[in-house]
Amino acid sequence: MKITQDSPPVLTALDRPNSYIGRSVPRPNLQRLTHGRGQYVSDVNLPRMAHVAYVRSPHAHARIVKIVTTAAKKAPGVTAVVTGAELAQVMTPWVGVLTHLKGLKSAPQAPIAVERACWQGEAVCAVVARTRAEAEDACELVNVSYEALPAVTDPETALDAKTPVIHPALGDNLCFERKLDAGAVDKAFAEADTVVEATFRFGRHTGVTTEPRAVVADWNEGEQRLTVYHGTQAPHMMQNLFAKHLGIAEHQVRVLTKDVGGSFGIKVHTYADEMATVALSKLLKRPVKFVADRIESFVTDIHARDHRIKGKIGVSKDGTITAFEIDDLTGIGPYSVYPRTSGIEANQIVNLTGGPYRCPNYRAQTRVVFQNKNVMCQYRAVGHPIAVAVTEGLVELAAAKIGIDPLELRRRNLVPDDAYPTQSAAGLKFELLSHHEALAHLDSMMNYAGLRSEQKKLRGKGIYRGIGFASFIEVTNPSAAFYGVGGARITSMDGATVKLDAQGAIIVHTGVTEQGQGAEAVVAQCVASSFGIPLGKVRVVTGDTDNTPYGGGTWASRAAGIGGEAAWQAGKALRANVVAVAASILQAKPEDLDIRNGVVIDKETGTERLPLDELARVAYFRPDTLPPGFQAELMATRHYVPRAWPFAFTNGIQASYLEVDTDTGFVKLLKHWCVEDCGTIINPQLVDEQIRGGVVQGIGAALFEHCLYDERGQLLNGNMADYLVPMAAEMPDIECGHVVSPTADSELGAKGAGEAGTAGAPGSVMNAINDALRPLGAQPLTDMPFTPDKILRALGKV
Amino acid sequence: MSNRVLDISLTVNGERLQTRVDARKTLVDFLREDLALTGSHIGCEHGVCGACTVRVNGEIVRGCLMLAVQCDGGSVETIEGLSDSGEVADLQAAFEQRNALQCGYCTPGMLATAQDLLKRGDVPSRDEIREHLSGNYCRCTGYHAIVDAVEAVAHARAGAKK
Repeated sequence: MKITQDSPPVLTALDRPNSYIGRSVPRPNLQRLTHGRGQYVSDVNLPRMAHVAYVRSPHAHARIVKIVTTAAKKAPGVTAVVTGAELAQVMTPWVGVLTHLKGLKSAPQAPIAVERACWQGEAVCAVVARTRAEAEDACELVNVSYEALPAVTDPETALDAKTPVIHPALGDNLCFERKLDAGAVDKAFAEADTVVEATFRFGRHTGVTTEPRAVVADWNEGEQRLTVYHGTQAPHMMQNLFAKHLGIAEHQVRVLTKDVGGSFGIKVHTYADEMATVALSKLLKRPVKFVADRIESFVTDIHARDHRIKGKIGVSKDGTITAFEIDDLTGIGPYSVYPRTSGIEANQIVNLTGGPYRCPNYRAQTRVVFQNKNVMCQYRAVGHPIAVAVTEGLVELAAAKIGIDPLELRRRNLVPDDAYPTQSAAGLKFELLSHHEALAHLDSMMNYAGLRSEQKKLRGKGIYRGIGFASFIEVTNPSAAFYGVGGARITSMDGATVKLDAQGAIIVHTGVTEQGQGAEAVVAQCVASSFGIPLGKVRVVTGDTDNTPYGGGTWASRAAGIGGEAAWQAGKALRANVVAVAASILQAKPEDLDIRNGVVIDKETGTERLPLDELARVAYFRPDTLPPGFQAELMATRHYVPRAWPFAFTNGIQASYLEVDTDTGFVKLLKHWCVEDCGTIINPQLVDEQIRGGVVQGIGAALFEHCLYDERGQLLNGNMADYLVPMAAEMPDIECGHVVSPTADSELGAKGAGEAGTAGAPGSVMNAINDALRPLGAQPLTDMPFTPDKILRALGKV
Repeated sequence: MSNRVLDISLTVNGERLQTRVDARKTLVDFLREDLALTGSHIGCEHGVCGACTVRVNGEIVRGCLMLAVQCDGGSVETIEGLSDSGEVADLQAAFEQRNALQCGYCTPGMLATAQDLLKRGDVPSRDEIREHLSGNYCRCTGYHAIVDAVEAVAHARAGAKK
């Protein structure tokens, strides 16, 4: 039996008598999902709703010479056939830049391509029909004449003089570059006893949400209002963007987000086809639905991680790391994605590389170039998996070269646990991290010494197992430093409104959104604890810009740390209001009363004084019995935004144990461990499950997932059969451990945990494979994903 | 064009239906669009992800690889039916208790596949559970929690029989 029952935790400062902080209570919203009663956008069906399908460019780069729509317009069920030029009359184009990423440039992008298609899969014409099937039928009747243009597909040559410039107005194919030079790098390398260099490659991959992107837009001409049912992570951000590009006011737009079938960063961006769907609804004055099919998803959902990094580490004989240096190159697609830009991943890599280590000498360069491939942008753990794999790959290569145990080398170099607050060579500010405690915890949790001796014994029998590690830091709870300062209308604040209903239950409206990670549970736990009511009496409402407080939504591991704190504070505020009502009914002093388990009690003795349903009855229906001049306020709103630190960094370490079949090149994952520190843990089970799910997405990157393009810019494996994702049989059990270093920036002290798994898993798997193959003299594998073919090549067998 | 639309009769979640359906319509589109049984989900439409898994004549099938007309005379069970009959109530409870779902999109298919394994009656090993569930993709959980939940129900059912 693996299901352990939830039990109340040891008392902490956050514990009120009926606290739910630190308890593994089940999520309140799960039953409707297990019973098939969820409401995903794909399920939405409105009166008069039409369906849109898009004709998409088969070319990576082509001039659109002519679009003949006559036959399509006559096809059964067709409402409208709309080209990019026609839709440009309804919606303005956008440019994905942020002012704090200095020099970042991009070209205007339209909802449907006008004159030119810049990647294979870009929509060039919309067909709206009674059903999706009829829309797809009619798409086949749209006749588009293309003039193929040269496609830019190799980042290495994108900046060469002879390479065509994708957007001539920009002057070149460079989207963004950044250089950083801290300490005395050349001197540090010169003085190092050993310098190790390696080139790391990361395969382009994507999120593969099980529910594809989906949007239903409903422009009501009579109301002059737009309602958008949208599978998004950031409803308020989208409200702003829909309004801005339709030229209407934000209050004319309502974004509704109910159940979302997986996001992982895929659903936090502006997609041209979704913007087009919204514009079509306004144009046609009726609801229009777009659900990407899987083939469309592969060529339009943002891709990520296509980076080539030349890395270098210097180490002295005693194992001191003297310097890190990286040169990063990434090709993002023809546009920087709006509004978060496609420069953030590269920027994060520069920020994060070497981050766990006490090493003042660090030089980095990154160049982000345009290509005629699908766009790249932020996907779960943005930049972290790359920075971690490069850093940790170099650390383990150096450890092997100087003959020091890889954990021991980390012990000698990780920032000491008593060094905080401190900052990294790249300038990241750390409030409080716990690298050494996490490492020690991992060491004992996995029985490292035991595994090493097992590994040695099995090598004698021709069985090659490897152990690999990855220490990491993770950006969570972002302040306005992430996007707001760059001019994007993406709030870093979040709010919660809490009200007592007429039967004494609590209704919470929150700005954070539920993507399956458990945000509703976390918000409910925070409110239940700070207000003092059983969890079953708390109902959480998310994803409705008409009704929830303004908020950023769910991204950058912010929902629990920021949304949770707002909920905690709102619960406290309402408790004070309700206690004031109770005091007036009971003719007691507010300071002598409290609320526990949904009952007003005498604070001193715990004696029950007044049930909340009775208090609500009096306050709502017999206010005449309250003292003159007393007004009950049974609703309270609080907001929270991190102010003291730009980001609440977390840390941790992962380990992978695996076996490589040296005849077939197949990797069998035997076990995976992760110890992380996300500060106060609101719900241990949900934290562990974020870690596990994240680890498996990271394993996918390390072993399977790769969007393969040919030199013409054609995606070769854009379907679920050819693009591999982790399946149950291939995945290991994953053991999680925790260290708790709360942030003092909030009362709750919670930091994020959503991306730690994905951040560290690829690097630890890479290191484990190289550890397994080292005695065979294999070249270190540094080119993800590590397919059987690459492993056999490293072994010299093919 | 005469066979474009066909009349079929079938049982869905115990209810007998006579209806007319587009010959090219897949079973899952028919369930979702014609019967509003939206608990069966569409993930890939080419038989890989398992989100559309339903039971036809007692066997689990991919709703996207079968046409609705092929179910003529047959019996279809979806998550709505499996829920209402209580057949998978223990699995559902275990999934909720163990947080064996996050976004929940794969869950109806996952439950149908898990029930297919467990109704064989023995207690499968973790490896056997993982193997049997490998035709159902989950991008959120990493599978560990799902395996835990299915394993727990297998033990509970075996214990209840003793």
